[in-house]
Amino acid sequence: MKLKVNGKAHELDIEPDMPLLWALRDELDIKGPKFGCGVAQCGACTVLLNGEPVRSCSYPVSAAAGQQVITIEGLAAKGKLHPVQQAWVEHQVPQCGYCQGGQMLAAVALLKKKPKPSDQDIDAAMTNICRCGTYARIRKAIHAVAAKGVRA
Amino acid sequence: MKTPTTATGLDRRHFLQVSATAAAGLSLAFYLPEKADAADTPRLNAWIEIQPDDTIVIRYARTEMGQGSRTSAPMMVAEELDADWKKVRVEYATAHDNLRQKRVYGDMATVGSRTIRNSQAYLRQAGGAARHMLVAAAAQSWGVPAAECSTALGRVQHLASKRSLSYGKLAAAAAKLEAPKEVKLKDPKDWKIIGKSIPRVDIPAIVTGEIRYGIDAQLPGMLHAAVAACPVFNGRVKSMDASKVQNRRGIVQVLNLGEFVAVVADNWWRAKEALREVAIDWDTGEHGTLTSAAIMANFQAGMVQSELAVARNDGNTAQALAGAGKVYEAEYFTPYLAHATMEPMVCTAWLQGDSLEVWTSTQNPEATLAVSAATAGVAQDKVKVHPMQLGGGLGRKSSQDFTRQGVMIAKAMAGKPVKMIWSREEDTQHDLYRPASLVRFKAAMDANGKVDALHIRVSAPSILATLLKLPLPKGVDGQAVAAFNDHPYDIPNSLVDYAQRNTNVPVGFWRTVGHSQNPYMRECFVDELAHAAGKDPLAFRLNMLGPKAARDRGILEAVAKAANWGGALPPGVFRGIAETEGYGSYTACVCEVAVNAKGEVKIHRVVMGIDPGYAVNPDNIEAQIQGSVVHGLSAIFWGEMTVKDGRIEQSNFHDYRLMRLNEMPKVVAVIAPSGGFWGGVGEPAQAPLAPALANAIFAASGKRIRSLPLKNHGLSLARA
Repeated sequence: MKLKVNGKAHELDIEPDMPLLWALRDELDIKGPKFGCGVAQCGACTVLLNGEPVRSCSYPVSAAAGQQVITIEGLAAKGKLHPVQQAWVEHQVPQCGYCQGGQMLAAVALLKKKPKPSDQDIDAAMTNICRCGTYARIRKAIHAVAAKGVRA
Repeated sequence: MKTPTTATGLDRRHFLQVSATAAAGLSLAFYLPEKADAADTPRLNAWIEIQPDDTIVIRYARTEMGQGSRTSAPMMVAEELDADWKKVRVEYATAHDNLRQKRVYGDMATVGSRTIRNSQAYLRQAGGAARHMLVAAAAQSWGVPAAECSTALGRVQHLASKRSLSYGKLAAAAAKLEAPKEVKLKDPKDWKIIGKSIPRVDIPAIVTGEIRYGIDAQLPGMLHAAVAACPVFNGRVKSMDASKVQNRRGIVQVLNLGEFVAVVADNWWRAKEALREVAIDWDTGEHGTLTSAAIMANFQAGMVQSELAVARNDGNTAQALAGAGKVYEAEYFTPYLAHATMEPMVCTAWLQGDSLEVWTSTQNPEATLAVSAATAGVAQDKVKVHPMQLGGGLGRKSSQDFTRQGVMIAKAMAGKPVKMIWSREEDTQHDLYRPASLVRFKAAMDANGKVDALHIRVSAPSILATLLKLPLPKGVDGQAVAAFNDHPYDIPNSLVDYAQRNTNVPVGFWRTVGHSQNPYMRECFVDELAHAAGKDPLAFRLNMLGPKAARDRGILEAVAKAANWGGALPPGVFRGIAETEGYGSYTACVCEVAVNAKGEVKIHRVVMGIDPGYAVNPDNIEAQIQGSVVHGLSAIFWGEMTVKDGRIEQSNFHDYRLMRLNEMPKVVAVIAPSGGFWGGVGEPAQAPLAPALANAIFAASGKRIRSLPLKNHGLSLARA
């Protein structure tokens, strides 16, 4: 099975129903996507599949074969932080940080679709759980990226 | 065990109390900087190395789980060092280094919101001592008196001769000098780093995904383990049949380790999937029929038991209540709660001969080391515990039950590194839960609203007796009666007594511990009294706060002012207020809510204030306040673990609900440092939230909330 992650092609000989998360973490040593619940509830495992956020703990790897997978490690381009990552630093969003890779990828997908999201748009798109409670800063950082008008 | 230690180069001898229990979290340690030595990189003391390019390496001896002290603790050192913060690099001290160096880094546990308050004195001394040595080295090289030299931004200056040298140039010479015995610390008004909002040092690696949590350990040839312990606490494996999975792809071994079963595979998903098909017969022991109702009956029996531990006894409360014209009475209940850190329990261990290495998310690396050594049967000085970021701790990761499991697996698989990860279900059902508790209040109050007597009876499990196996002074668990035994109100007759009622549900330290529940009950009951007296709840409290409660009064007034207490609110919006001390800080909260006919609680605003004495990193304090509100609201609206057939009924986030972004209310943080003391920040802000909210709900609906969570009262959280 072929899997393209962060622009790099990999050949994997694994069960088609292995969740994408465990293919990434245990087969490819890509540790940015985190395990939180295993049932697509929390979103710590979020990756982008063709630009759309998916919860990789409950997404069979075979369904991602041959497509573009982006993890948090692949968000910065040539060492330059993505505007969402910059805003996350600027607004000091993370606390423990465990969920933040997934949060940032969800924000990237939202901003791609809606460069100037309303609070309601943010409510609808940002459904990942943050146990540390960084929600106020996540909202602020997304609005800050939108205000800068940078294409996410 | 008591280990005498001498801080060399210094004149005082301190004794370290090293707790040998698996859950060590309460040991107190004292440390002063060790004598300087000249290593390859000039090391001025255990905490500080200065490189020739002026990079200043400051060691951090606690762990980081989002509370921010990996930044704020080094700020203590940098302040007195007069370092240029831009050139500071923070590196972890390790538990094995601490052991090797006679515990030079002191206590490494990150618990009780005490990293800053317990280490600020020695960290500032370490910075000041190093600064003194750098000044001495510069003065020597210039042939001028040290008193004529000053320091700023990582340089020593001699203004009279307009000379200056960077710390990097001076470090090698300075490191050869004798460390001063004690240095005079700065006046807080001269602080340049403490009190500034300094960006967290770990955030850059978080946003790129480079940071490594315990769950991210990766080693050559590493195996992965999924585990199942008996769903009834303290049960054991009677027998297991792994024949269905033994030959399955990737499965290396299925282990019956007595207390639990572990499937070891080449990929965690394969291990976890196989575990579901291992037939395990559990010996559940005598606790397989326990229910929440039976636990409640146990607590109720505590209410009427004859022998009680007395936590506070001012005046003669029994007499005052007996002679009172009117006695007000209410019973409150708070449930068991799970920690539900986003990163579940993990432990990677590698036993090679008589040496062991451990990678885990731990709040107490020293306890991890001790438990690992004991479990593997190796000497403590043969164990390395590698520091990792924690995907949340919330108190759960101070205990070492999961480390013990990880090392048991590694021992069975000796020679191979094995990473154990708990499933969310395992994590939810094998927690060390915030204790449930039943509390009864009785108060005598006269017609003018003067409270003459207050009796608080607590019936609850003891964390200290059951988890830490500590002897309780006079039978009192200080966490079970926290915020009761030290209530700040001027009530001449105050009695607090405690019935220790343990159950088979294991209990532990959950963020804010006793202050996560007792201030809720206390401040709601005070609200009941204010209402009965026909008084404004703020005025009622202020009237009961005497001169010794100046800080309680101060934060209450600051928050009331910020919330415009008494001012007009939009139609249908009502307020509630609460105040408490906790973790050495003073907190108060005002909640503004509307409650509709469907029981939807819309939170218009939370005004949360804290007086931590000194506000070390204000932006981080704001973050901790925001986070405490989220953590608190999840528990207040939905949090409860229920017990049936001896096991926890909840299993994952679908039935242990956590708050999401669309429910986040507006939070106004009031940071009101009054100076002169060091209070904690990570936990205290959760304490006054529940009572302020419940009191606001009463104001809005007339419904008095005497138990949590709110969902059991037909109340739900409206979207923000």
